[in-house]
Amino acid sequence: MRTTRPDVSADGNPRRQFLKGCAAAGAAVAAGSVSTTAAARETYQRPPEALGLLYDATLCIGCKACVAACKRANDNPAVFSTADKLWDTPLDTSGYTFNIIKMYRSGTMTTKDDETNGYAFMKTSCMHCADPSCVSACPVTAMVKDPTTGIVAYDPEACVGCRYCVVACPFGIPKYQYDSPTGKIGKCELCRHRYKDGHYSACAEVCPTGATLFGRTSDLMSEAKRRLALQPGSVTTYPRGNLSGGPDQGYEGYVGNYKQHVYGETEYGGTQVLKLSAVDFEKVGMPCLSPKSSASTSETIQHTLYGGLLMPFAVLGAMTYIAKRNVHHEDDAPADEPGKE
Amino acid sequence: MSAQQHAAPAPIGGSLFNATTLVCGVLIAVMATIIVVRLFFGLASTTNVNDGYSWGIWVVVDVFIGSALACGGFCMALLVYIFNKGKYHPLVRPALLGSLFGYTLAGAAITFDLGRWWNFWHIFWPGYFNVNSVMFEVAACITLYIIVMWIEFSPVFLEKLGLRDARRQLEKVLYIFIALGVVLPMMHQASLGTMLVVMGGQVHPLWQTPVLPLLYLLSAITLGYGVILFESCVAASAYRRQVEVPLLNPMARVMLGIMAVFLVVRFADILLRGVIGEAFKPTYIALTFWVENGCLIAPFLLIGTTEARRNPARLFLAGIAVMLSGILLRLNGFLISFDTGPGWRYFPSVPELLVTLGIFAAEVFGYIYITRRFPVLPREEPHAQPARN
Repeated sequence: MRTTRPDVSADGNPRRQFLKGCAAAGAAVAAGSVSTTAAARETYQRPPEALGLLYDATLCIGCKACVAACKRANDNPAVFSTADKLWDTPLDTSGYTFNIIKMYRSGTMTTKDDETNGYAFMKTSCMHCADPSCVSACPVTAMVKDPTTGIVAYDPEACVGCRYCVVACPFGIPKYQYDSPTGKIGKCELCRHRYKDGHYSACAEVCPTGATLFGRTSDLMSEAKRRLALQPGSVTTYPRGNLSGGPDQGYEGYVGNYKQHVYGETEYGGTQVLKLSAVDFEKVGMPCLSPKSSASTSETIQHTLYGGLLMPFAVLGAMTYIAKRNVHHEDDAPADEPGKE
Repeated sequence: MSAQQHAAPAPIGGSLFNATTLVCGVLIAVMATIIVVRLFFGLASTTNVNDGYSWGIWVVVDVFIGSALACGGFCMALLVYIFNKGKYHPLVRPALLGSLFGYTLAGAAITFDLGRWWNFWHIFWPGYFNVNSVMFEVAACITLYIIVMWIEFSPVFLEKLGLRDARRQLEKVLYIFIALGVVLPMMHQASLGTMLVVMGGQVHPLWQTPVLPLLYLLSAITLGYGVILFESCVAASAYRRQVEVPLLNPMARVMLGIMAVFLVVRFADILLRGVIGEAFKPTYIALTFWVENGCLIAPFLLIGTTEARRNPARLFLAGIAVMLSGILLRLNGFLISFDTGPGWRYFPSVPELLVTLGIFAAEVFGYIYITRRFPVLPREEPHAQPARN
């Protein structure tokens, strides 16, 4: 830009010009910090009618009926991890496996739900966060949290495949189909497509022991708290299937030696899928999360800087003003124009 | 200040066929082939990205690092047009050219990493916008900036084509694009840091902080100047021209100033959050943290004095150190310190590396083509032009 060479003739004092530039930049930064408190975005809470699951690891027998039912309900292909490829044997959730039961192993593995020399099960599927990182991350609103049910749903027609949701989720839940030229994100949507036929989440429907229960998260929370208050080893009635409706399928069983923690009660503002376990949650792969969601931190920063595009326009205005003064027009002068400094 | 002549930019001239452009051509052809395979057979056919590390080098290196290395143009515009340091004007066009290629190719690179690239237009379609998404802000801003940069650079083409009237018309409003060309990169380079925030505890505490946008912005500016040091030395050597030491010397001082601010913010943040202990654990994470920051401290030793900054070799080495530090800041945050849980590993595949190499080759080829055919680099004094190749 030979002809838009900067020129100091407007002011004549380059130092003064420089200081003006500094002042404008400083004002812009100050404007940003002033609006910080105004824009702070709180961690979202679950909607009152939120739907979810309660998974009680002490009731789980590791039969994996829920894994098979999930595959059928979501039309997903089998995934093989053995040489004979006889049946579906996924080792983790993937773009084609939305639910899996993992196993915790320790030493001799003699007793169930024992942290040392024992074993335990843990369900891995979408937690349906109150304040989901994937929804905050998605640039094109392909991940949406339903305002009523709170189900975190995915729309492949909107998705650009950037996989920010995959990277953002603290539970590693949204997963992508890397082997396909038209790959989609795959994740549990609580079988929302089956509600109109009177069905609910397939994993809870088929669970023989009620280890996975479907229902309103508020009901599931009460049930979880009830179990934590019981004496370990005593007998109680465990419901099965749908806690917030449907026939009574309850049965009597022994109370497990629970950790006094409903996982999902406060994590990242709470999740709609809740978990109970006798083994430390971090040991069975559930991350330790603060009550403040990372989405709220990210959005607070984002809206502080760009909310209503106020700051960008303020800075742009200042920059335009300064640039207009400093860019000097001239005609198609030959190459011998003098530089001034 | 001494009155000094600004040499007008002029094409370097010379043949476009030489060993460098030939190698670039081969690398670009290899890249094109791999991209075709990827588009027909999916990401797994060519890359090692997986659900633990869904963003590989096509995102982290080609886009995040590539765009940060392409901040030279924005940094020079900041110095020349905002802080009115007119003496640096000869550096603007070459720096802007580097940025133009860096960003345009970063934009192209993200397209074939997208799993559902045919929906890419959703980013610009109001019905799909998610203004809460950091990715949305980055994508929209980078696209706008690429357009703005082509407009900023277009006088070069208009000049070559002899369209004087068009150029004069454009230059009347060019200050608007210059201002946009300063604000847009400030916005998205800061946001590239914010991108890590939503990932929460998956990012190591040494790289996970709410001041990320400030750190990434300061880092992008230092990188811009670092790249200009590097580019100027390489261009001078390749074209047998003099290194522009009288300009690079004071510019490097500005760079050191911003680096000092960066270091103060970086370490104050780590101390205030009480995670400094992490830097002294015997882990590779602590090692890479110190390599990253060592590269940022090295230039103070290399070019700390005016005398040292007169030595082109020192300027060149300092430029490389600054670039390494900025590259590592991003690699550490997005890949090396990123931990989604046990069992996940990622190292780029050969085709993945070849595509990244191809993108850099395309940048080098574009730079050679434009500087040889269009008026970008300042015209050399005859006595300083011993040989052209």
